[in-house]
Amino acid sequence: MRGATHAKWAACAIAVALTAAACGGGSDSGGSGADGIVSSSWGDPQNPLEPANTNEVQGGKVLAMIFRGLKQYDPKTGEAKDMLAESIETKDSVNFTVTVRPGWKFSNGEAVTARSFVDAWNYGAHLKNNQRNAYFFGYIDGYEKVHPEKGQPSAQTLSGLKVTGDRTFTVKLSQKFSTWPDTLGYAAFAPLPRAFFDDHDAWLAKPVGNGPYLVDSYARGSQMSLRRWDGYNGPDKAQNGGIDLKVYTDNNTAYTDLIAGNLDLVDDVPASQLKNVKADLGDRYINTPAGIIQTLAFPYYDKQWNTADGAKVRTGLSMAINRKQITDTIFQQTRTPAKDWTSPVLGEEGGFDPTLCGKACEYDPAEAKRLIAEGGGLPGGRVTLTYNADTGSHKDWVDAVCNSIKNALGNDRACVGNPVGTFADFRNQIIQSKMPGPFRAGWQMDYPLIQNFLQPLYYTNASSNDGKWSNKKFDDLVDKANAEADPAAAVAAFKEAEKVVRDEMAAIPLWYQNGSAGYSERVSNVALNPFSVPVYEEIKVN
Amino acid sequence: MGRYVIRRLLQMVPVFFGATLLIFLMVNVMGDPIAGLCGERQCDPATAAQLRKEFGLDKPLWQQYATYMGNVFTGDFGTAFNGQEVTELMGEAFPVTIRLTLVAIVFEIVIGIALGVVTGLRRGRPVDSGVLLLTLVVISVPTFVTGLLLQLLLGYKWDIIDPSVSTDARLDELIVPGLVLASVSLAYVTRLTRTSIAENSRADYVRTAKAKGLPRGRVIRKHLLRNSLIPVVTFIGTDVGALMGGAIVTERIFNIHGVGYQLYQGILRQNTQTVVGFVSVLVIVFLVANLLVDLLYAVLDPRIRYA
Repeated sequence: MRGATHAKWAACAIAVALTAAACGGGSDSGGSGADGIVSSSWGDPQNPLEPANTNEVQGGKVLAMIFRGLKQYDPKTGEAKDMLAESIETKDSVNFTVTVRPGWKFSNGEAVTARSFVDAWNYGAHLKNNQRNAYFFGYIDGYEKVHPEKGQPSAQTLSGLKVTGDRTFTVKLSQKFSTWPDTLGYAAFAPLPRAFFDDHDAWLAKPVGNGPYLVDSYARGSQMSLRRWDGYNGPDKAQNGGIDLKVYTDNNTAYTDLIAGNLDLVDDVPASQLKNVKADLGDRYINTPAGIIQTLAFPYYDKQWNTADGAKVRTGLSMAINRKQITDTIFQQTRTPAKDWTSPVLGEEGGFDPTLCGKACEYDPAEAKRLIAEGGGLPGGRVTLTYNADTGSHKDWVDAVCNSIKNALGNDRACVGNPVGTFADFRNQIIQSKMPGPFRAGWQMDYPLIQNFLQPLYYTNASSNDGKWSNKKFDDLVDKANAEADPAAAVAAFKEAEKVVRDEMAAIPLWYQNGSAGYSERVSNVALNPFSVPVYEEIKVN
Repeated sequence: MGRYVIRRLLQMVPVFFGATLLIFLMVNVMGDPIAGLCGERQCDPATAAQLRKEFGLDKPLWQQYATYMGNVFTGDFGTAFNGQEVTELMGEAFPVTIRLTLVAIVFEIVIGIALGVVTGLRRGRPVDSGVLLLTLVVISVPTFVTGLLLQLLLGYKWDIIDPSVSTDARLDELIVPGLVLASVSLAYVTRLTRTSIAENSRADYVRTAKAKGLPRGRVIRKHLLRNSLIPVVTFIGTDVGALMGGAIVTERIFNIHGVGYQLYQGILRQNTQTVVGFVSVLVIVFLVANLLVDLLYAVLDPRIRYA
């Protein structure tokens, strides 16, 4: 019976399809709503969640909840305050003695000791552990032995780190760096429990830290449930029962969920919703400055852009950009026109100076035209602005900047945007020094220090000096600033260095980026810290 | 029949290798994925080299492909950049997408064929014109517009559904996304069925069946529909693969953590392992669906035989 055989085949096919569907992967349905749990939007972290391996904001959020380091940045002022550190002492800005406060524990009961820090830092610095943030330990003596630029490491541990007691250890830096202790609030410097080293996979599946929250469950790629850790005795105990971080495929969906009442907190309001956000949320919309600056960098490896009179062309370009108009219309005032190369979150004491860029950052088409002509005109007759088109709605503002330049110069061919498909490819072309002209550069601070806005970006061969700018005077001033024992004097020296950046217009500062967030009526006391991450532990559930 | 199936299965082998090789090359052409791993700053050269070694990116391309395929046959699809096994990602993503696809296919079959039969039997009447116009609208409006609109209306304005699908992706949550995903194909199924039915309703065997005095319902079901469904089955069969791979837009809108989402992430992060792994499985799904369609022909039309 032919027909019957065929029918059997068909039935089989359907059965296979149905079983496949039935073996669906179910995980817990995350209990938001009741007993003080706050639900918040989240993005899938790009790298495995380890303190020294997390360099983007999504993983950073979790680390900020489950870890406390020697220092903690004040959520309002950004000031580095002692947290686990009882004292960090130095006489020469090179040798530091760190004393850890007693009584701190990891949420698995293990005590936080000097060793918890030294082991964690040695792990973070060692080449074989592939930690993306290893360079944070680069100032510590012996770094080049555990993390050589080429070849195999010749040491297992940093020679600059020594445990001298249960709660004390010493750090020897390879150069003078007076504000080094202020960098220690960065997540890469968090302590790690023995469990991390003993069973690494288990730790990654469910990280254990010493912060106000502990990880209750973690379904990778979809949700992490954090609960208040009642054993936490730090000064910043959680004001809510816990946080459910939910991964969203698209921040527009998260926003829709927020206004529909299914989500309590969105910490990244999509650009397309900025027009409606005030009508939708009213006071429950937060728009505060963050330590992020956007600039246009230049390819100094390209002779055309590295001419004697180049500074005039670059300054002219800077003056051809109508920052105010762009931030008002495209960004709905979630960005502030830049007036220097740092960020307002530093405060004037920390080195922010709204007068530093001065006229060079003001829109002045006539002067722009004059300067560019004086400097020999645009290389090749036009600028090509390169950016990645996959995220962050960069296309909108690049087009706007281009139009601004075209209008100012009265030349319809003066500027063209050059989109690159993915961020990875964009970075790839930057690293290979293939930029055909100015390109988008964004900088999110690691720690609120003026040093962090200048040295990694403009120092010769620094880690993020993508345009390969090099200036002896600037380098010397940075060295001088780092050697200053007095923080105020260090800031002043950094500002001198920043003036070199201005005079040469090493990069065009565009705008400071704000953090923008929205929250539901269920919660209150929501704020963003200077890193534009919500201060989760202070959120109250009504 | 058995020989036919074996021959078809053997034909799949070169197609599978060709398709995966193409994808592998395409992802690699996009450049060095390590570049994007360290954020806005450059990975220090030593760490970058180390990472390249870990993901096998330091070897020549043909060797990468050979190693990769070798591993695939032992069930090892490699590791995504976030440290998760690709097989683990698949285990999470595929069941969700299969469920979504099933919902979509059911909509296509039930609504699409029903509308097709109704309009095909009532050619030129208002109901026919109305449905034709409706399908035209559905085909011409992009999926993301339909999706966002339904999400906004049903999820926010009228509060009938949740705007986003939970991690479990329960069947009832997938109804609206499934409808959105199916919408365009559904319109095509309707039109295909309509044309086919309209054509066959004038065929000799239908006239004969009617003349024999068979009840109208039986004529339509056993004679007319069965013969008219062949092109429709072909379409739906190939659509299975297309729906699974093409769910990127729908999954993004409704926050479904399925294949589309993982592929999207993989492409953004230029993660060869994820993209090639998922696409390989999709290729297999596509091939098997095609085979099943060919086998179904014989069920619908016994005159078709396989040698």
